[in-house]
Amino acid sequence: MWPRLRNREEDGPMKMIMAVIKPFKLDDVREALTALGVQGLTVTEVKGFGRQKGQTEIYRGAEYQVSFLSKVKIEVAVPSDLAEAVVEAISRSAVTGKIGDGKIFVLDIDRAVRIRTGETDAAAL
Amino acid sequence: MMIDRSAARICRPALPAAVAAFMLIAAPAFADDAPTKIDSGDTAWMLTSTALVLMMTIPGLALFYGGMVRKKNVLATLMQSFTICCLVTIVWAVAGYSLAFTNGNPYIGDLSRFMLNGLGETWDKPFTLGAGSDNASPFTIPETVYMMFQMTFAIITPALIAGAFADRMKFSAMVIFMVLWSLLVYSPIAHWVWSATGWVGALGVIDFAGGTVVHINAGIAGLMCALMLGKRVGYGHDNMAPYNVGYAVIGASLLWVGWFGFNAGSAVSSGGRAGMAMAVTQIATAAAALGWMFAEWAAKGKPSVLGAISGAVAGLVAITPASGFVLPGPSIIIGVAAGVICFWAATSLKHMMGYDDSLDAFGVHCIGGIIGALLTGVFSYGPLSATSSSPQGSPGGLHQLELQGIGVISTLVYSGLMSLVILKIVDLVIGLRVTQEEEVEGLDVVLHGERLG
Repeated sequence: MWPRLRNREEDGPMKMIMAVIKPFKLDDVREALTALGVQGLTVTEVKGFGRQKGQTEIYRGAEYQVSFLSKVKIEVAVPSDLAEAVVEAISRSAVTGKIGDGKIFVLDIDRAVRIRTGETDAAAL
Repeated sequence: MMIDRSAARICRPALPAAVAAFMLIAAPAFADDAPTKIDSGDTAWMLTSTALVLMMTIPGLALFYGGMVRKKNVLATLMQSFTICCLVTIVWAVAGYSLAFTNGNPYIGDLSRFMLNGLGETWDKPFTLGAGSDNASPFTIPETVYMMFQMTFAIITPALIAGAFADRMKFSAMVIFMVLWSLLVYSPIAHWVWSATGWVGALGVIDFAGGTVVHINAGIAGLMCALMLGKRVGYGHDNMAPYNVGYAVIGASLLWVGWFGFNAGSAVSSGGRAGMAMAVTQIATAAAALGWMFAEWAAKGKPSVLGAISGAVAGLVAITPASGFVLPGPSIIIGVAAGVICFWAATSLKHMMGYDDSLDAFGVHCIGGIIGALLTGVFSYGPLSATSSSPQGSPGGLHQLELQGIGVISTLVYSGLMSLVILKIVDLVIGLRVTQEEEVEGLDVVLHGERLG
């Protein structure tokens, strides 16, 4: 059902999964990722639009078409072999079936460092 | 028979010139008012009212307006109210009070109270407004309290104008404009309507707490500012949504509660008149808020918070001139009329006419003030407007309505023209408006070097 990531030989050891989701789905996604063993993630409050239209606000007769909707962006860095499972987990937990559910992007990570210990790459995740 | 002489100093009924001349010869027919003493109840209430009315400006109006502008201008807007409070306090103490409330001539007072000269001698004596004239009103409070109470009115009136020039006026220009406006527009009109010798009051125009002196005055001055300054950059297509409607709700609520000092305090006494004024103030305001709310619900599909509080303010404005003269039933009518008509003025009329009255100083205060001033002429209840010199009062009817019309028109004309003149002078000398770049950047950082979080 979900598009499968193919582990190509030239893939690096790590992937950054970036997902823009509906804010109220954040808790469900977090639980799903924790269940997978993901140990950390970064969350940002963002605004955006896709196919979902905004709302009209009216202040004393002046109408404003507000195109930007509030979303939440999650970024999680994982070893490449976990990437597909993470994508599936986010997809399944963030979906509502209505327009505006969001998107997931998978990016390569060149390097990673754990600041406290100096560990690099997979050991840093 | 002890007639209630704590009638508001504003409701002096008509003394046509010929009768006045006769009365002067017949001398103190009105000094049958026996000397009064300072009444601690009246004074306590008036001290409280003064504080309530000051609260209406800081922080009531400051937050009401501050919440409605964009984030980059919030501090500048708060600063306007706060600074006007400080400026007018000094101007009033130095000359404004004297020009407004001493006898002088029918058009302006004299300088006998320049620098509040004389208050050192009268500080513990009951104050008589218009002592020495044929229209004296003995009060039961000290003059310091009367002067202070009136000061808070002199403060809030120019602060209301700021609603029209929000987001684009230079601070330096505003300071100069406000000082001149207070002396050249507010004091004269206050003198005309409320002093013992003022010509508008002498005609029989009644204005309990400032429909003309405060609201029509500020509203028309606001319209002049809006026209002289021009529209904000991006007006009509940029998003100018309020930064924080929550601030505006807090501000409006402080205005509502403070207004009890404004209206019930205009009784200059603590008793039946103040009680009735408070009652009709509450009832009219609630009716107006609901009027605006339902009108908006019907017209736009949703009743907004901003609309509800705006309706309440419109009701407060409209009941202001009427508060000491009407009964509760008519106050509902006044409220609903203000709520619905001001809704139309602040939404449709403004966009039809194309002026940028940013925060509806004209649409709410001028229009609301006119509605209230005129309906006072319709609904005034004789016994409430009765005084020792006019026991039958000023009952509502066609004659009183005509008189009210004169009061409305004279305020509109004088304030409108004089405000334009002052604006023009200030514009020629230092310029009224910030540059386009400064306006886009935001007044907070450009004018005051500060930023809201």
